[in-house]
Amino acid sequence: MTETTTATTPATTEPESENVKALTRNWAPPIAYTVLGLFALVVFGILADSATATFGLSTRSDAIQLDPLAVPSKLTSIVLAVGCLLAAAYAFWLTGKARKQPLWLPILFGLLFVMSFLVWAVAGAAISLTGLLQGALALAVPFIFGALCGMVGERSGVINIAIDGQLLFGAFLSGVVASLAGNLWLGLIAAPIAGVMVAWLLAVFTIKYFVNQIIVGVVLNVLVYGVTNFLYGSLLAPEQDTWNSPGKFGKLEIPLLSDIPVIGPVLFNQTIIVYVMYVVVALVHVALFHTRWGLRVRAVGEHPEAADTAGIDVNSVRFRNVLIGGAIAGFGGAFFTLAQQGIFNKEMTAGAGFIALAAMIMGRWTPIGAVFAALLIGFADNLQSVLGIIGFPIPSELMAMTPYLLTILAVAGLVGKIRPPAANGVPYIKS
Amino acid sequence: MTDQDKRPDTETRQDGDDSGAVTTTDQKPDAGKPAQDEPSIGQRFLRELTTGSTALTILSVVLALLIGAILIVVSDPDVHAAASYFFSRPGDTFAAMWTSASEAYAAMFSGAIIDFDEYTVGRALRPFADSLTYATPLIAAGLAVALAFRTGLLNIGAQGQLILGAILAGYIGFAIDLPPVVHVVVAMLAGFVGGAIWGGIAGFIKATRGAHEVIVTIMLNYIALFLLAYLLTTDPFQREGEDLPRSPFMLPTAELWRPIEGSRLNLGLVFALLAAVYTWWLLNRSTMGFRFKAVGFNPHAATTAGISVGRSYTTVMFICGGLAGIAGATQVMGTSLHLHGAIAEQLGFDAITVALLGRSSPIGTVLAAILFGALRAGATTMQAQTQTPIDIVLVVQALIVLFIAAPPLVRAVFRIKVRATRPVAPGSGGLA
Repeated sequence: MTETTTATTPATTEPESENVKALTRNWAPPIAYTVLGLFALVVFGILADSATATFGLSTRSDAIQLDPLAVPSKLTSIVLAVGCLLAAAYAFWLTGKARKQPLWLPILFGLLFVMSFLVWAVAGAAISLTGLLQGALALAVPFIFGALCGMVGERSGVINIAIDGQLLFGAFLSGVVASLAGNLWLGLIAAPIAGVMVAWLLAVFTIKYFVNQIIVGVVLNVLVYGVTNFLYGSLLAPEQDTWNSPGKFGKLEIPLLSDIPVIGPVLFNQTIIVYVMYVVVALVHVALFHTRWGLRVRAVGEHPEAADTAGIDVNSVRFRNVLIGGAIAGFGGAFFTLAQQGIFNKEMTAGAGFIALAAMIMGRWTPIGAVFAALLIGFADNLQSVLGIIGFPIPSELMAMTPYLLTILAVAGLVGKIRPPAANGVPYIKS
Repeated sequence: MTDQDKRPDTETRQDGDDSGAVTTTDQKPDAGKPAQDEPSIGQRFLRELTTGSTALTILSVVLALLIGAILIVVSDPDVHAAASYFFSRPGDTFAAMWTSASEAYAAMFSGAIIDFDEYTVGRALRPFADSLTYATPLIAAGLAVALAFRTGLLNIGAQGQLILGAILAGYIGFAIDLPPVVHVVVAMLAGFVGGAIWGGIAGFIKATRGAHEVIVTIMLNYIALFLLAYLLTTDPFQREGEDLPRSPFMLPTAELWRPIEGSRLNLGLVFALLAAVYTWWLLNRSTMGFRFKAVGFNPHAATTAGISVGRSYTTVMFICGGLAGIAGATQVMGTSLHLHGAIAEQLGFDAITVALLGRSSPIGTVLAAILFGALRAGATTMQAQTQTPIDIVLVVQALIVLFIAAPPLVRAVFRIKVRATRPVAPGSGGLA
């Protein structure tokens, strides 16, 4: 299960669940990397025809204009695939030494692999890299909010399957409040409240009544789908002017930063919701890993009995964390209505909460990891529509499967060690 | 449910608590019947009906319908209109509220059970046939979730398993020529196999790599959905001369027989009930089922007793997937008669609520599926007659399950006094 050894790296060991033997080496990740790397080398590189892949680097409105980057597709793909194989070799070396795989390794591998694929797919055509990244970030925003929501809960030991419901209810209430009040900012305030309402139900049922967390999560999703669909059908659709015409936030361009080539317009020409997201990611990261609060939360999630002995009120920490998570996801839900669509639609999250769950797992319950996983998924999602436009041969349905397949590979331990908080999903009943 | 009276597991404990608590408030006259030494199924059923968990179920349903009524009332434009002059004539508001809720639920009843506006018995009961039609896939898929619960697994993947079952059964049904009867059997088996493979993958990954089945099954749901969408763009799965995402119709030999004219009720119900009987037999009369329940109750103890937990996970998920696959097969061969992108509707998720309401017993699952089938059929009529959106069913369904999962909450609402209750800890095997 794990490549961690208590003997060689005492500093990084964490309490292992009992079925995990400390000294087993997990050869699955390096083997998986090698197989994928060889696949990239052969399919994207050696078997491919040589052509030129062109990536546009600036949009017309940019202050600094860069020439489009044209690369020979075959050679570039081969170089990137060799990079993948080098990463695989490094993973082999680490496993041989029984060392822990660093978080950046799968991220680097994923980037190299995706770029190798991208160069191969774009061969003979041209796409705008900036546009591709902008689309990827737009898709990733709800995933990131959702993943942070799940993480805050799960780090304290409460599994949150209702992320999708929280996102959707945030989207719903923000849209309704913004329409009724005629004020987008009030809608933005209502969004986290909506998330907290759903989270409160989750917390009451799981922490107070000890109902199985996954079941409550599933049922709450159904409840939110039901309530929002019902109200959409009976109020929002028939009386759209009153109930469902929130409008949306404009983009705020941050001077100077938005002039940085390629990433500037992607990162710093966004709506207020995305800027808040940057802050929330940083806050959650710092709070979880560099504050006393975070230490307590993690203690509660890993070993509630010990935390209780140390005087931490386990269940109130969990209750509070579930509510905080709800607020984060609810706020993220506002992105759908107040930034993207400008109107609420039935089940408009389209399962984003479940992808967020996947991103959280692939990011190994860390904010930074989750952000990269969410961006990768968003990138793959967006790529599928962009490639459809340039007439790429792989059916979009099959491309759309990739994030889900990757998640299965990840939880099956093929992409490195995945270890949830030890007390995740276990209710704490004080004896 | 019947079997649980004998076996000491978490659910029984919960039921025990309830029966002590609630029976007094809900005594049925039948309860006084003398019990024989070996109670028959009928008597056990009666006893089950009068024990606390049933009373709790009924109270939960009532409470959920009440909250549903509130939702209907507050969103009704007529009520809004009357409320605008509430202070001059408050009676109008209450009258409008009553009309709004009672008309909606009356329409629901007439769409689910008996339509009193029809003159012949056969036509009057047609709504009930519709309810059973909706219940058919819910029974099979609900069993898929319930059986997994009993083994301590949360099968969120009935949706994907159902889709795979529908794909395979559908393909056999429209593409391959076979003699009558044989065709139905082969297609149904294909449905079972399709779902079983999908479920088996999750079980196998759980058994060999320790991955949580909830995550794997959720992801497999999406993969199945996209697989179906993809297949429906390919030639073998499209109607000739069309470029639409829908398959040809089932060949007549593969269609499930519809006994009632004008109703979609079909032989699939019999297959679903057979699946329930099989599940009951598996859980209560077979060694394999005993192993499953042992694993569900306590995997460590089961390992000590020499039961291979991993193999049990793989096998049970294989069977669960198969049951959900049967649900998919009945959908495609009996109800819609062709494959399309939304063949699975929300059945896989409804199945979770069905299994929870049925407390993971085969009989309970069948009854719960019929209740939810009736809600669904009734809501369709309700939407047509009173323009109340059908989605109210989702709300009611979710609320019922939430209330059932937290007995203390329902007791608090109805002010039922209980002797000190101990919260029931959901172990890996317990579900609610």
